[in-house]
Amino acid sequence: MSKKPVTSTALNDDIGEDKRLELYRLQVVIREAEQRAYDLFLQNLVKGTSHLSLGQEAVAAGFAGAMKKGDLSFCTYRGHAHTLARGVPIEKVLGELMGRDNGLMRGKGGSMHLTSEEHGVMGSYAIIGAHLPIACGAAWRAQYKKQDDVSVCFFGDGTTNIGAFHEALNFAAVWKLPVVFVCENNLYMEYTPIGDVTAVPSPAGDRASAYGLEKIVIDGNDADAVYRAAQTAYDKARSGKGPSLIECLTYRYSGHSRADPAKYRPEGELERWKQRDPIKIYKERLKQFGISDDQIAKIDAEVKQEVDEATEKCKASPTPPLEILTTDVYADGGFAWRN
Amino acid sequence: MAELTYRDAVIRGIAQEMQRDEDVVFLGEDVAKAGGVFKATVGLYEKFGPLRVRDTPISEQAILGAAMGAAMTGLKPIAEIMFSDFFAVCFDYIANEFPKSRYMTNGQTKCPLVVRTGNGAGSRFGAQHSQSVENWCMMIPGLKVVAPSSPVDVIGLLAASVRDPDPVIFLEHKSLYATKGEVPDGEILDKLGTAKILRPGKDATILALALMVPRALAAAEKLAAEHGIDCEVIDVRSLVPLDTQTILSSVAKTHRAFSVEENPRLCGWGAEIMSIIADEAFYDLDGPLVRITTPHCPLPSADILEDAILPSVDRIADRVRKTLQA
Ligand SMILES: Cc1ncc(C[n+]2csc(CCOP(=O)(O)OP(=O)(O)O)c2C)c(N)n1
Ligand SMILES: [Mg+2]
Repeated sequence: MSKKPVTSTALNDDIGEDKRLELYRLQVVIREAEQRAYDLFLQNLVKGTSHLSLGQEAVAAGFAGAMKKGDLSFCTYRGHAHTLARGVPIEKVLGELMGRDNGLMRGKGGSMHLTSEEHGVMGSYAIIGAHLPIACGAAWRAQYKKQDDVSVCFFGDGTTNIGAFHEALNFAAVWKLPVVFVCENNLYMEYTPIGDVTAVPSPAGDRASAYGLEKIVIDGNDADAVYRAAQTAYDKARSGKGPSLIECLTYRYSGHSRADPAKYRPEGELERWKQRDPIKIYKERLKQFGISDDQIAKIDAEVKQEVDEATEKCKASPTPPLEILTTDVYADGGFAWRN
Repeated sequence: MAELTYRDAVIRGIAQEMQRDEDVVFLGEDVAKAGGVFKATVGLYEKFGPLRVRDTPISEQAILGAAMGAAMTGLKPIAEIMFSDFFAVCFDYIANEFPKSRYMTNGQTKCPLVVRTGNGAGSRFGAQHSQSVENWCMMIPGLKVVAPSSPVDVIGLLAASVRDPDPVIFLEHKSLYATKGEVPDGEILDKLGTAKILRPGKDATILALALMVPRALAAAEKLAAEHGIDCEVIDVRSLVPLDTQTILSSVAKTHRAFSVEENPRLCGWGAEIMSIIADEAFYDLDGPLVRITTPHCPLPSADILEDAILPSVDRIADRVRKTLQA
């Protein structure tokens, strides 16, 4: 139930106006921040690599939007979106990408390892599949300590072909862990179409039955569909009924990483998916429910300004001091391995 | 005071820590109801119940990954990898995940866990169930690496490892499980990063680890009895952190150093220690630094072959004598 008087009765459905506006804003934040990361890369201000989620915003927004404080996100190197979706400041994310002292980890982790435990972002993992078992462990702790948080683990279609995926799914099912596995099927593992290297048409969905789980394949470009699937899975996890595996069909607009022009894609594929752009879909949804163009434009403008301000702060931030080079290797804060 | 096997010391060490702290949980293959393939965890399931002592599928990545996720979020897991050779199928956690998370996140992520494993040769299990992998682990910044040689050290160092805030690789030697030693009653807590002088001596320092410790001691007795050579034997115990002070003080006294290593020769733990001695105690030395190791070769299975490939009491004594008399 919405606390404010609702402007449209249709908006007063299971999701509600406040949540829909939040989901929209999250998607725009991700879109604008990712676009900015790309621009900064072209200006040689973002170094190293980066893996953008342009086109995949609805997955991050829907799953994060349905979380409670204390729920835990485990991400991949393609993790900017999930990090931003948990409310981590844009400045801290861009600062990390730019190797500045204001970055989330002061430049010690970089684009592929965004982590903000205070926001429930328990790490971004760059070894394919590594974090699925780790998410199981966090869920095991919740089960053991009778805490009611859910561990949510995001990964790509390609990840369903590595051993750790299968070990984690079986482990989570046998131990009935409160963990939700989210496969973002963007049709490619790096440069290879997922169908060329996978024995089944739905890389996650068709594996679910092997672990006694329901096959769940959803439209990953519709934040409402994502949000509802997330809620169902979180409820199941919190009520002790064990893990879920959800495959979200989506598409990445840019190449795999900054170095990839994505020439391997068939002609017209990108354009077809852009017609189903998650932000476009959601704008139309908001309008159907009576949200005005002005309200939407106001959100767009606010977010753009936030991203601009964050960018300026990052540009003005100093680079990290060399004193932090060897800190935090061990728990005593240093890197001493001998007396 | 009681006499305990190394195997029973493992059980007592785990039980001591689980009794003390409810956040200590234990998982691995066949460890709960069956009590472990080396019977080194018998009775823990009965004592602490199915929520704290858990059998897992044959999923080494899931075992270590789950231990890490639990450690990051508030538990203090002990994970068993049955044979240390199997580190190779879950090395991502050992090399990439446990040791780097704290650094990469600028100190946000903690990882207080212990990986126990059966390490080393002597059981005629062949090349994939007998390796000494301490050098695989020692080279990774962010890990701690411990290898006890006696029952009392098993308990004390295991307790220290469980209470340590960093990830610790705890290498139990399979050929020591049946050996016995005196163990005091009550709680035992030792300190990581401390070597132990087990036999004082003035003519040469012999550094050893795990199964090589009793062999180095026997070689020292033989050298004393047969040749009047008086060796100091140091059980290194903890490779990371490393007690270089005890080692360097000993070398300053004896002017000679030998390492006895079960790991294959290339990049074995002794190479690092010898380089430290060469660097920092060069002018204390009266002769070459000598490493006595398993050769750069996989391990054979037949008893006669396996016995021949590991450093033996005779080989150690011989090499020390020839070097000192050269
Ligand atoms: C163990 C491992 N193998 C290979 C790689 C190199 N790699 C990085 S991303 C990637 C593709 C992953 O595809 P997918 O799981 O579909 O995720 P997406 O990048 O599409 O989000 C590969 C092969 C890696 N990081 N880790
Ligand atoms: Mg993919």
